[in-house]
Formats: sequence, C-alpha cells, structure tokens
Amino acid sequence: MNSGTGVAARILGTYAVIYVAYLYIPVLFLPLFSFNDSIYISFPLRGWTMKWYETMLANDALHRALINSLKVGLATAFISTVLGILGARAVTRYRLPGQKPVVAIIMLPLVVPEIILAMALLMVILRAGGSLGLVSISAGHILLCVPFAMVVLMSRFEGFDRSLEEASYDLGENGWWTFWRVTFPNVLPGIVASLLLTFTISFDEFIMAFFLGSTEPTLPVFMWNQLRFPKLLPGVLALGACILIASVFIVLIAEWFRRRNTLDSQSGDVIIG
Amino acid sequence: MTMLMNSTESKTVSQVRDYVSRRPGLRGYLLLSPTLMIVGTLMLIPVLGMAVMSFWQQTGHMAFDMSGTLNNYVEALTRDMYRVLFLRSLAISGLTTLVTVVMAFPLAYFIAFYVKRHKMVWIIVVTLPFWTSYLLRVFSWKVILGYNGAVNSGLISLGIIGEPLTFLMYNPTAVVITLTHAWATVAILPIYVSLEKIDRSVLEAATDLGDSPFMRFVRVVLPLALPGILAASVLIFIPTVGDYVTPSLVGGSDGYMIANVIQFQFGRGSNWPSGAAISLTAMTIVAILVGVFVWVARRMSGRRS
Repeated sequence: MNSGTGVAARILGTYAVIYVAYLYIPVLFLPLFSFNDSIYISFPLRGWTMKWYETMLANDALHRALINSLKVGLATAFISTVLGILGARAVTRYRLPGQKPVVAIIMLPLVVPEIILAMALLMVILRAGGSLGLVSISAGHILLCVPFAMVVLMSRFEGFDRSLEEASYDLGENGWWTFWRVTFPNVLPGIVASLLLTFTISFDEFIMAFFLGSTEPTLPVFMWNQLRFPKLLPGVLALGACILIASVFIVLIAEWFRRRNTLDSQSGDVIIG
Repeated sequence: MTMLMNSTESKTVSQVRDYVSRRPGLRGYLLLSPTLMIVGTLMLIPVLGMAVMSFWQQTGHMAFDMSGTLNNYVEALTRDMYRVLFLRSLAISGLTTLVTVVMAFPLAYFIAFYVKRHKMVWIIVVTLPFWTSYLLRVFSWKVILGYNGAVNSGLISLGIIGEPLTFLMYNPTAVVITLTHAWATVAILPIYVSLEKIDRSVLEAATDLGDSPFMRFVRVVLPLALPGILAASVLIFIPTVGDYVTPSLVGGSDGYMIANVIQFQFGRGSNWPSGAAISLTAMTIVAILVGVFVWVARRMSGRRS
C-alpha cells in the first residue's frame, strides 16, 4: 500500500510482543518464587529449592481439597455439558420463537457479578433449609459453566453440515440413530472441549466455592485460607504454580479439540457469547 | 424423548407425539427446557428471592419482619458509607474498563490486520490467561506490589530505594492495576472479532477516495469496530463493579468496593435484607449506566457515519 504500512506494522508488532509479556510476566512470579530457598517472597533470590513442593505434596489437608475440587469439577463438567448439548442443539436445530431473549437469560450469569449470584444462592439454600457443601458449590459452578458450554457447543453445532443428517434420514435411519451415528461423532470434539473448559472453570473458581462451601474446602479456597499465614506463602506459590500449569495444559487440549476439523478458524468466540 | 418409545405406545402418546413433531418450536423448547429450568432454579429464583428479601427487615438470626419496607433501599442510597463505596466501585471499574479497552485495541488491530499466518496461535496466546485461576492472577499482584514484594525488594536490592514504597498496595490504584491485568484478556477477543469482520474492500475504497490512513481509521475502522468495543466494555465493566477478590487482596480498607459490603451484610453483619437491597441497587445502577453508555455510543457513531 504505502510506505507508512511497514512502520505501522513494526510499531504494532513491538506493542503486541510487549502486551503478551505484560499478560504473562506477572503470573510467572508465582513459579519463580516457588523455587526460591527463602520463606520471604522477595528479591534477591536465595537459591534453588524443591522443598516447597515437597511440603505441599505431604500436606493431607491439601489432598482432601484436591479430591473435593476434582469431585466438584467432574460433576460440574458433566452436568453443564449435558445441559449445553441440549440447549445448543435446541437453538441451532429449531427456529424458536423468542429465541434471543431466552438465550440471553442463559448467558446472563456471564455478566452478573458473581458475588451477587453467590449471595442470592446462599440465601435461598439456607432459607429452604438446605445445607452447604460440595453439592451447593457444584450448583453454583453449573450456573457459571452452562453459558460457556452453550457457546462452545453452539459454534460446533452451527458448523455442522445439516445435509449429513438429511442424508441419514433419507437412507432410512430414524431420529435417534441419526443423532448417535451422524450428529454425535461430528460434534464430539466440541463436547470434549466443553467438558475440559467447564472442568477448568470449576477447578479454578473461588467465589462460589468460598461462600457456598462448608468446612471442606476446594483447592482455591484451601489456598485462600493459607494466605493468612505468611510462613505458608511459599507453599501456596508452589501449589499455585501447579494449578496454573494444570489449567494451561487442559485448556490447550480443549482448544485443540475445539478447532479440530472446523473450517471456521475464526471461531475464537468462546468468551464473547 | 419421543424417539425412545417403542411400537406398543398408546394412542394418546402417539397423538401427543404427532402434535409435538408438527410444531418444531415446541420440540425445540422441550429440548431446551432442562437447561432453562436449571438456569431458572439456580439464578432467577435466587435473584427474585433476593428482591423479596430486600423489602424485609432483619429481626434476629434467620428471623425477619416480612411486612414490607423501603428502609433498606433508603439506607442503601443515602448512607454515606454506601455512597462512597458505590462511587468508588463505579470509578474503579470505569477506569479499569477504559484502560483495558484502550490497551487491547492496538493488539486486536495488529492480529486482525497484520498477522497473516498463525492468527490462531496469537488468539490462543492472548486468551489462555483467561482460563487460568482468577485468584492466582490477582494474587500475583500481591506478590509484585506487596511491602516485601517483587518491586520493593527488587528496587532495594538494586540500591535504588532504601525503604519499601508503601503507596504500591492497599489503595484504589492497586485495585485498578490488578483488575486491568486480570481482565486484559477479556477485552481482546470481541474487538478482534469486530475488526476481523470488516470487509477489506471497504478500506481500499476509502483509500481510493482519498482518505489518509488516519482519516480512514477514524471514519471507517473505528465505527465498524464499535460493536466489539462496546461488547468488551460491557463484559469488563459489569463484573468488575462487583468484584470481591481484588479489593479484598490488594485494596486494603481504602480500596474496599461494594462487593465487600454485600458480603459483610450476608456474613458477619447478619443483615440479609440490607445486603439484598444493596445488591439490587448495584445491579440497577450498573444496568442503567450500561444502557445509557451503549445508547450514547450507538447514537454518536450513527451521526458520524
């Protein structure tokens, strides 16, 4: 085009690299200090150690918290993905009257401050005589995860060629078998992505887990409780580093599934609904 | 559901089945109903319950005077402490939203217009932090800005300062810095998507008709990117007004926000109706502000183009 383009490209490219550094570097302080041989989280670094990881691995309370997080995460992932499949199928397959407001209601938890959702749920559960624990935490997580499951699955259902289903009907399969043999295998990558992403959200979620839980904490709540004790901080950093790596790993697998065999490489629409 | 039934089904069942299959809208809603019911139970009922609660009066532990009063709302709107917290929360999130969107725009622009190959790699790299623990992303700023944190201890060990800087943390600025970083990844995608959708031939047309690159940006790119900018702003502004983790970890008492008082009223404060009224007031104020903001932005862009 013109001579300005090259300069603009270079400036924007530099900016982009700085921006990515800005996104990542603050978080990298957690793993950095988790290997530091000092109880204080400060420079200069005293030397390399694995002892914070060893203390962490030996902590029974942490094991219980991990088990709790896994239970809640698996239940949340499974239930919100099933609800996501039903919802996504309904809105992509049928032209529903009043579809827009209905979908907007399902997406609402994305924008209502979590603390308000958590307090409202807490209030209703206690008023109804229910008890707090892993079940109530899972309920809160399902509410937060259904919108994500819907968006991930809707883009997969939309990208799926309807004529394949019609061909199956024409060849004499009924609705049920068409779903299992044609639709399901085609949307399977979206389902796996949804399971992984909703699991990650639940695994990392703090507000619902903190206010809707009882004495048995999930991992983020366990971490929060440790923050009050300065001498436990290095152990928290070690745990945090592990959680970060686990999340990144799961999300990369999810992204790989989500973008597999899809023609629309622009479907980067997970969080914008 | 209907597909599971075998040939021995009764006549009424098959009549119902025919009726349903002739109405695709109804079938769709049947399919959607479990999802709607769960979301309804977990969100609409609790929020409606909260609305009812906000007109009650707490009389004891889990005991309420249900005769109905507006006192909680009068308090929420007139007590100085609440007004300070409301205004501070709105100012903090407004500033956070502005900074985040302004910072994200050039990056989204770069990915949309200058990255030719590996676009998806860029998108994944900038969205990946979104999926990592929010608590940890906020906590990392406590590690950086704290009294003995990375910045202070780093500057001291380099000999630049002698005493730790105390103004780094436990104030509204620290909350804005932390929120800006924690929500950065949310702003990029909506802006990127709206830029990516712009028809490249429209840009060429603007150039052919004599627009300078700057005028082309102002008159063509910016208005077309507006939906993405609005989406990003709304997606950041609403949740950050009610953020609890960041003010609790890095805000200190000067950086407390409205979520802290909501939590207090439902917790140790033991005044649920008041907490409910503050929550609903917060949601209403935010909804009005967002509505006005979107309306004004649309009007302005409409006039320009």
